Amino acid sequence: MAAAMSYVHADVENLKATELRLGLPGVEESDKMPSPPSTPRAGTKRALAGEHREVEPKAAPPAAKAQVVGWPPVRSYRKSCFQQASSKTKEAAPAPVVVKQEEAAVAAAPPAAAAAGGSLYVKVSMDGAPYLRKIDLKMYKGYRELREALEAMFLGFSGDAGSVNPSDFAVTYEDKDGDLMLVGDVPFGMFMSTCKRMRIMKGSEARGLGSSKE
Amino acid sequence: RWAPPDQVLENVLESVLEFLTAARDRNAASLVCRSWYRAEAQTRRELFIGNCYAVSPRRAVERFGGVRAVVLKGKPRFADFSLVPHGWGANVSPWVAALGPAYPRLERICLKRMTVSDDELALIPKSFPLFKELSLVCCDGFTTRGLAVIAEGCRHLRVLDLTEDYFHEEESEVVDWISKFPECSTSLESLVFDCVSVPFNFEALEALVARSPALRRLRVNDHVSIEQLRRLMARAPHLTHLGTGSFRSEPGPGGALSVSELATSFAASRSLVCLSGFLDANAAYLPAIYQVCANLTSLNFSFAGLTDEEFIPVIRHCVNLRTLWVLDTVGDEGLRAVAETCSNLRELRVFPLDATEDSEGSVSDIGLQAISEGCRKLESILYFCQRMTNAAVIAMSENCPDLLVFRLCIMGRHRPDRITGAPMDEGFGAIVMNCKRLTRLSVSGLLTDKAFAYIGGHGKLIKTLSVAFAGNSDMSLQHVFEGCTRLQKLEVRDSPFGDKGLLSGLNYFYNMRFFWMNSCRLTVKGCGDVAQQMPNLVVEVMKENEGEMDTVDKLYLYRSLAGPREDAPSFVNIL
Repeated sequence: MAAAMSYVHADVENLKATELRLGLPGVEESDKMPSPPSTPRAGTKRALAGEHREVEPKAAPPAAKAQVVGWPPVRSYRKSCFQQASSKTKEAAPAPVVVKQEEAAVAAAPPAAAAAGGSLYVKVSMDGAPYLRKIDLKMYKGYRELREALEAMFLGFSGDAGSVNPSDFAVTYEDKDGDLMLVGDVPFGMFMSTCKRMRIMKGSEARGLGSSKE
Repeated sequence: RWAPPDQVLENVLESVLEFLTAARDRNAASLVCRSWYRAEAQTRRELFIGNCYAVSPRRAVERFGGVRAVVLKGKPRFADFSLVPHGWGANVSPWVAALGPAYPRLERICLKRMTVSDDELALIPKSFPLFKELSLVCCDGFTTRGLAVIAEGCRHLRVLDLTEDYFHEEESEVVDWISKFPECSTSLESLVFDCVSVPFNFEALEALVARSPALRRLRVNDHVSIEQLRRLMARAPHLTHLGTGSFRSEPGPGGALSVSELATSFAASRSLVCLSGFLDANAAYLPAIYQVCANLTSLNFSFAGLTDEEFIPVIRHCVNLRTLWVLDTVGDEGLRAVAETCSNLRELRVFPLDATEDSEGSVSDIGLQAISEGCRKLESILYFCQRMTNAAVIAMSENCPDLLVFRLCIMGRHRPDRITGAPMDEGFGAIVMNCKRLTRLSVSGLLTDKAFAYIGGHGKLIKTLSVAFAGNSDMSLQHVFEGCTRLQKLEVRDSPFGDKGLLSGLNYFYNMRFFWMNSCRLTVKGCGDVAQQMPNLVVEVMKENEGEMDTVDKLYLYRSLAGPREDAPSFVNIL
């Protein structure tokens, strides 16, 4: 029981190696995110998690049972709040020191930009990077500038800059409803107003999604 | 002044009936004779409509002349779990249209699971100049535009409570509704808007709080930082109920707030009895609330994913707690601390952080057992878990005989006792046998017909029963209908019950408010038989696919004086 309670989501990577699955080789399950319920509101958003759910049953039936609508009976109002909470747990748990650094950085950072009321800081994480960054979305005029800035920021973690292959990365963000979205679909202004935090996905999850529209 | 004898009697009767408040008592009084019926109808101040389709607005308004408060409930509860398709109904517009002309002195409206548009909200200040209290629970359809109209138009507003509503608005379209409250001193007592999760004008809120001397309940949304919270608390030192917003620092020019500075603010709020919010909490700030913990009777941590290490030091201070809502991240150890500290606990809710069937789950039978041993006065429990044993449930039934509400959700479908591998029949059986006051029950885990035999045999006071993925055969339903004589609300999903089970309820449906059944084995013919035999029952049937013509995906039946509703969408077939 203690082992179960101390289970940390960061260990998912290690567990995957020894996990027995029915999946086809080379196809990986998405990270353990609570699947968004089919809420009554009409949405034209292209939800990334939703895409995974559609793809999985065809290509790689997951070892777990398929999710059933409305079960467990938790109100969607709660579920979307928890998606934020659980992703925070994932970010925080593997590197508690990182959180403190980041908080200290925020406290110490010259507050001029924040006080001016004209900044929009969001956290940016990259899979495999030891710590997160924060960027001010208002500094960028559009997606191209944003992408360039991200590449500059995180290049160091992918080793040799020249070997970075754009299609190995997918830049995603979490919107105000807690859904994981692909960056680039909506007008930049709308993106700025709904983006709560960003995540750069690497590897097989990102393959094929990283090809940007620009 | 001389009045005919029966008029005198009626006046006396009206004066006496003023003292009757409970709807049940009033309903009984109204059945005595015509004179009592009339007197009761004129003196009923609160109109409670548990199903907005059970009676037409016109009829309600014709009968009751002096209503000051209306409570309306709309969609079936399973709508909360995406089981009722969008557009099903429960629109408040026909009600607002009828209430307006009929009750110009109306003061209070409470709506639950109804669709309310901004235009309908706009009718409230127009129709009801004395309006005082608006409460919207699990509603949808409105935006900040509607809130602005309420704030601006209802000059005597005391209560604006928005609880767990479905709120979706583009940030670019948000209206500054907080600024629309009257500029003079207001009569606000309660302002709850934690579900209105869009940015708002904080300075306007601070000013509003400052000029609302009667304000006792304030629950803000996650756009309020701890620094801002402190400012609000300074303006409202007499608050009894506080929703703390994000409980996270957004440092401004002064830098981040320190824990001790925040603690000073809490220490100054001597009247606090209920704390909630913590919507994006930084646990480092929790020690700031220690000073108020001993006074707290209610604590809601259900949006803060606290570990046991973060939670236990806090709960140890909360010796007088009666209501606690937490996430399962606190674990069995956290619950043990609750059991050791909160001997007066009456209500506990443990929600899952990861609401999926195959998540790890951090609480189990161990936590439930501990709670049962420490919180003997428990009356209401909602417990989500992945692992449970009959022994723990039996222990709870024996240690907490005063339970009124027992809702256990073992998230994995059909999951048996984790130690013995047996069905969970004995556990739930013990609950209905030992908790003789039980009125609400939700079952889960692997259950056979035996469990329902127990429920029917002993659950004599049960009014609400929720069943999911349970039972072997239609006998289960028969046991329930025949045994649970007080049953009013029955919700069933994904269980092997068919037309035979449905028909076993024929003699009981008129005593119930509703019966919901989805993803079972009903056919159109079976439901049609019920509709045919029960003229005062509305039988709604919904189907997912056009393909299989005879099967029914969703059944919702309810007694009604209004007959089949006219606003049913195309996917609802009323038999």
